[in-house]
Amino acid sequence: MQERRVLNEAQINQGLLGFVLKTPGWFWVAALVLATVVAGMLTSIVVMIVFGLGPTGLNRPVFWGFMIVNFVFWVGISHAGVMISSILRLCQAEWRRPVTRAAEVLTVFSLATAASFPLIHMGRMWRFYWVFPFDFDRMIWPNVRSPLIWDPSAIFTYLTGASLFVYMALLPDLGILRDRTTGWRHTFYSILSLGWRGNPRQFKLQFLLGVLLSGLILPVFVSVHSIVSWDFAVSLVPAWHATVFAPYFVIGAVHSGVSAVVTMMAILRWAFKWEDFIRPEHFDALGRLLIAVATTWLYFFMLDVWFGIFGGESRELSVMEQRIFEWPWGLMFLIILTLGYIVPVSAWLFRAVRRNIGLMFVLSILVNVSMWMERLWLIVPGLQNKERLPFNWNLYIPSALEIMLVIGSFTLVMLGLLIFSKLFPLIPVWEQKEGQLLREEIQIGRRRVPAIIRE
Amino acid sequence: MADRTLLGVYKEPDNVADAVSRLRQAGFGDNDFDVLSGTPYPEGTFGEQVAPHRLFIFPLIGAICGFSVGLLITAGTQLSYPMVTGGKPLLAIPPMMIIMYEGTMLGAILFTVIGVIFESRLPRFSLGVYDTRITEGYIGVLVACPPERAGYTEQLLREAGAEEVKSDQRGA
Repeated sequence: MQERRVLNEAQINQGLLGFVLKTPGWFWVAALVLATVVAGMLTSIVVMIVFGLGPTGLNRPVFWGFMIVNFVFWVGISHAGVMISSILRLCQAEWRRPVTRAAEVLTVFSLATAASFPLIHMGRMWRFYWVFPFDFDRMIWPNVRSPLIWDPSAIFTYLTGASLFVYMALLPDLGILRDRTTGWRHTFYSILSLGWRGNPRQFKLQFLLGVLLSGLILPVFVSVHSIVSWDFAVSLVPAWHATVFAPYFVIGAVHSGVSAVVTMMAILRWAFKWEDFIRPEHFDALGRLLIAVATTWLYFFMLDVWFGIFGGESRELSVMEQRIFEWPWGLMFLIILTLGYIVPVSAWLFRAVRRNIGLMFVLSILVNVSMWMERLWLIVPGLQNKERLPFNWNLYIPSALEIMLVIGSFTLVMLGLLIFSKLFPLIPVWEQKEGQLLREEIQIGRRRVPAIIRE
Repeated sequence: MADRTLLGVYKEPDNVADAVSRLRQAGFGDNDFDVLSGTPYPEGTFGEQVAPHRLFIFPLIGAICGFSVGLLITAGTQLSYPMVTGGKPLLAIPPMMIIMYEGTMLGAILFTVIGVIFESRLPRFSLGVYDTRITEGYIGVLVACPPERAGYTEQLLREAGAEEVKSDQRGA
């Protein structure tokens, strides 16, 4: 598994902090392009604030469209980050070192983006504060029976936990940056590093922090997407009202999220020339993980379809018929199966594919195209309500404004990651150093085999 | 309270282990010196003793606080404006459990972070005697001593192989 080059501490600092300490020209171009698209997204939000939901394609009976699809999609992406990081930390998997922080930061930005969509969708987003129990005079409280109250509590917990996880694990690296910078940057990193000096007690507590927060965040991650699924499952909308939704959503989130981590790692390797840190062995390991995750996702996907058909309830059957046989949902069904499972998993079975970073990049994007479509396929047909009252039938056609919001959400996450990577290292420097320190080679017979010393 | 702090800067971990042994032999206790590094060496590498901590109590307290706040919000709001719906019990336990669960986890997470900051003795507003080479592979041995022993301690650190010994008039 270990194919690393031996590097000293100065080389690791130089390799991982190079982009933070010196700004290449392409950073400004990339930031400008992404910021322009994000400005387009903000314009769309302003239009919605002024005109309400009218300019969107939402109309009776479909009131949940692209914005809610995007919400579910980005919550899903946010899941794999912390899941990968937590499981690898708890298992002390050696290959976690270059993966953890980038995955955690992806979680924070995608979750923040996801959380913005219900607000945008509300129309009057400034009324959001009503989810908090604040009106003591009139005693008008939020309804704790509503999943729309469960959602903010879960997302707030997850976002707070993930952000603190990222920050606390950054402390040793902030100390390194404090020592390598001058001027306002030195002041900035000095304040953020809280006076970190790196004594054995602080490092021991860092290790314990990783273990404790991993153990605490893992159940939160499962609860968050379960609660998101209950936004749908506790309603009486046909094809939504399913007990299988919680695990199905969680595993779908892991599938799309791990794929997003693969996409991001490939981009980091290319953009920052991190060949010494992000190596084919990491893509190999993630590819193997994805085979298991994708197969579990397929099981729940088929189970959801099967439950809909097996019950024999006419409204469920009509939605399933629409989803599988009618335009455009039938085509989407085939695309979801093909791009979400058949093509990538067939490819990941081969070691050569798993170690080919270009192919892994393309396959991970295909998976996420399929997973975004899956959320649309799950949400909209149930609402189209095609069985009752023909005057209520309506095909949802998203407006340009909603398409702009979707494109903008992708660029918002990318811009967030770009700015973060300019300010902080996306690979934990101190963990890389620890990995190098504990690296050892042992002689077994005629081979020298890399090994890792662990406590 | 000591009023001199010395920092020996070393390149090799073996020299640091030697310096720690010499300090112990010279009568310095575990609280009188500290080892600073940019890399987390396995515990006890230099013969240092890490003082016990009480980190594990923090998430427990946080979880209890979070659970209590969750219970207060969910049960308190329903009881303060009792509106019976469809003859069902006033307190809807299953949805309450969801919010109480999130409150418990949030409390545990927040208190874990507070615990790590507190037990790490952070924030520290001044670094004191410090060398930026420590985050580039060097290891520092920080010793607090009375002024009359400063010369002896410096000599001791140098004999153990320190490349440089820095000092400060302020306390550790």
